[in-house]
Amino acid sequence: MDLNFTPEEQEFRVAVRSFIDSNLPLDIASKVRNGSCLGKDDFVRWQKILHRQGWGATMWPKQFGGAGWSAVQLYIFDEECSAAGAPMQLPFGPKMVAPVIMAYGNRSQQERFLPRIVSGEDWWCQGYSEPEAGSDLASLRTKAERQGDYYIVNGQKAWTTYGHYADWIFCLVRTSNEGRQQAGISFLLIDMKTPGITVRPVIMIDGGHEINEVWFDNVKVPVENLVGEENKGWTYAKFLLGHERTDIARVGRSKAALKRLKQLAHREFANGRPLIEDQRFRDRIAQVELELMALEITNMRVLLADGKKHAPGPEASILKIKGSEIEQMLTELMMLGLGHYSLPRSFEALDAGARRQSADADYAAPLSGNYFNCRKVSIYGGSNEIQRNIIAQMILGL
Amino acid sequence: MNFDYSEEQLALQDTLRRFIDKEYRFDQRRTLAQSEDGFSREVWAQLAELGLLALPFPEEYGGLGGNAVDTMLVMEVLGRGLVLEPYLGTVVLAGSLIRDAGTLSQKDMLLPAIAGGELLMTLAHYEPGTRYEMNHIATTAKSTGNSYLINGAKSVVLGGNDADKIVVSARTGGGRRDNDGISLFVVGRTAPGLIIRGYPTQDGSRAAETQFDNVEVGDDALLGTKDGALPIIERAIDYAIVALCAEAVGIMTALNEATLDYLKTRKQFGQPIGRFQALQHRMVDMVIATEQARSMATLSAVRVDSIDAAERRRVVSAAKAYVGQSARSVGQAAVQLHGGMGVVDELNVSHYFKRLTMINATFGDTDHHLGIFSDLLLAD
Repeated sequence: MDLNFTPEEQEFRVAVRSFIDSNLPLDIASKVRNGSCLGKDDFVRWQKILHRQGWGATMWPKQFGGAGWSAVQLYIFDEECSAAGAPMQLPFGPKMVAPVIMAYGNRSQQERFLPRIVSGEDWWCQGYSEPEAGSDLASLRTKAERQGDYYIVNGQKAWTTYGHYADWIFCLVRTSNEGRQQAGISFLLIDMKTPGITVRPVIMIDGGHEINEVWFDNVKVPVENLVGEENKGWTYAKFLLGHERTDIARVGRSKAALKRLKQLAHREFANGRPLIEDQRFRDRIAQVELELMALEITNMRVLLADGKKHAPGPEASILKIKGSEIEQMLTELMMLGLGHYSLPRSFEALDAGARRQSADADYAAPLSGNYFNCRKVSIYGGSNEIQRNIIAQMILGL
Repeated sequence: MNFDYSEEQLALQDTLRRFIDKEYRFDQRRTLAQSEDGFSREVWAQLAELGLLALPFPEEYGGLGGNAVDTMLVMEVLGRGLVLEPYLGTVVLAGSLIRDAGTLSQKDMLLPAIAGGELLMTLAHYEPGTRYEMNHIATTAKSTGNSYLINGAKSVVLGGNDADKIVVSARTGGGRRDNDGISLFVVGRTAPGLIIRGYPTQDGSRAAETQFDNVEVGDDALLGTKDGALPIIERAIDYAIVALCAEAVGIMTALNEATLDYLKTRKQFGQPIGRFQALQHRMVDMVIATEQARSMATLSAVRVDSIDAAERRRVVSAAKAYVGQSARSVGQAAVQLHGGMGVVDELNVSHYFKRLTMINATFGDTDHHLGIFSDLLLAD
């Protein structure tokens, strides 16, 4: 039993920190720290910088161009990125489709797609959910019919995050109606420029545009874009779910957010004193810090145990539930910390003379929006209720 | 970084677990709880034979040189067995005080006796009306030249009715709530003027109210630095808190197993009640709370030995507050999911729940330790 990082891991942390210090663009860091919306260019610029360093896909094995880091190294990297205000690496390419292509794709698919993911050239999005297939994903109906060397795809995908930026979409499509629902699903890679694809924005609760509907109208997809075998897509989808996990607890992000919350509580005033001196508010910060301290250890326990058996387990659901709850507590407290200044949607609208002393527009404006937006984290990626079902079935045998 | 126990630790855990499963069944434990002593002296001797009572002591005093992680591992198993024997008071509390503050001759005299199972001890520190305040000591020890006269009262002394010797804190200087001026003395249970009123506690163990009326002890009874005992007491109680957190985790784990088993076997509406999603999700939340508590207990066990006093304070209070919250919710949920069977004396569930609840009230409850942790944020 040893909870210390080894000297090598500590050196690694120093190296990561110094790389980020000298390479993370200041404009990006400032947007991340203030909780502002990032554009495509922000993500891609950072990905290219990481790629040049050989860190474009830190969790991949070396043979595919990854860094081949251990679970602890990945955690340290994530923690340092979060603390410095680096953009979150979007999961869809490197963490979701890539492991599936590595495990089940053929050689030409691996050579064609993987290098462009790690370099940031291709932006991927996920075509899983549909209007009638949310938590019950296996009931999906988007159809792919084989016609010669092509699949003809028809249907609609929902909740497609950053679909409007994407070059490619990986889709679960129905290729058979025989037998169990799960047995008729295939995993298809589709070029977003193919004729017949329409992307429509869905505006989020905070007014931002992250998600989309994606419509397929007789979209011709070459058969060579099928991953693995036809009708085996559900197996690959389940495999993928397990690989989304290195950062599923989001401990690094939440540690950075906790730090910002404490700064806010020192800057804001209540009854003529810094808000941190208000015991009721301080106790609420303390409570979320306790949750996060425990999760940090639970996260390491799961990561290190996984490292030994090399197979993702349902314990990730525990990390998802706790991690999302903590993230939501933190965003809520940051909003509450602003008092009635959580109301204005934009601080530019306020007259300069009326602008309050204690907080400036830069850090205060997005906080309520973040609270509203963050309600999504207990819904996406399998809602927390679905995660509880997974634990009940897979861990507890209920 | 790793969370693995060593081979020796795993062997110890395994041996102890087998002993508890075989020799400390729930029905045996119930009989013991109602006996005169409230525990078994034979079991105590067997624990000594297993090396448990020697665990945290240096080898030169017959000990095994174990650390807080070893104690954690033992306490988890003791929790699972709802063990009544006075391990916490004797080995963890008094034992660490003597180990850390005793003179060579005190260590020589007391530690091998504890390790051998011949000596029961405890700490008498808290006083009536002071709740969890560590420095609020009104008991006095007046020097008479080559001895001290102790006067005062100590409340809820764990295992106080059976202890052969009691380590008592008393003022040798300073005002009633000063940090300085507190000293420790080792007092034999038969000392004239020492009145011990023992009683059973809610969870079936034993404690005592003690009264000191001109109890005279020699200079050599002084344990540690005169006037400077508070930091030593705090550290010993922190060890005890870490041990209690581990005990609570052991109990929560056992409660989860019992509850899961009940959900799979108890049938209503023609099916096992574990088929119902409302109950499944509650069970899942119990498991999550327990794993989170295990993480926090582990963190405190690893850090309590190695860090400076301020960081130790932060981590130990964090663990006590957090494990207390988990223990409350897991205990209440286990009772609820057992339905009527959760509130009867016959089943171990109600006993586990009571022990968890009493652990929460010992050495500072959740609010107390959350308050300490929270106030440290002011300095952040």
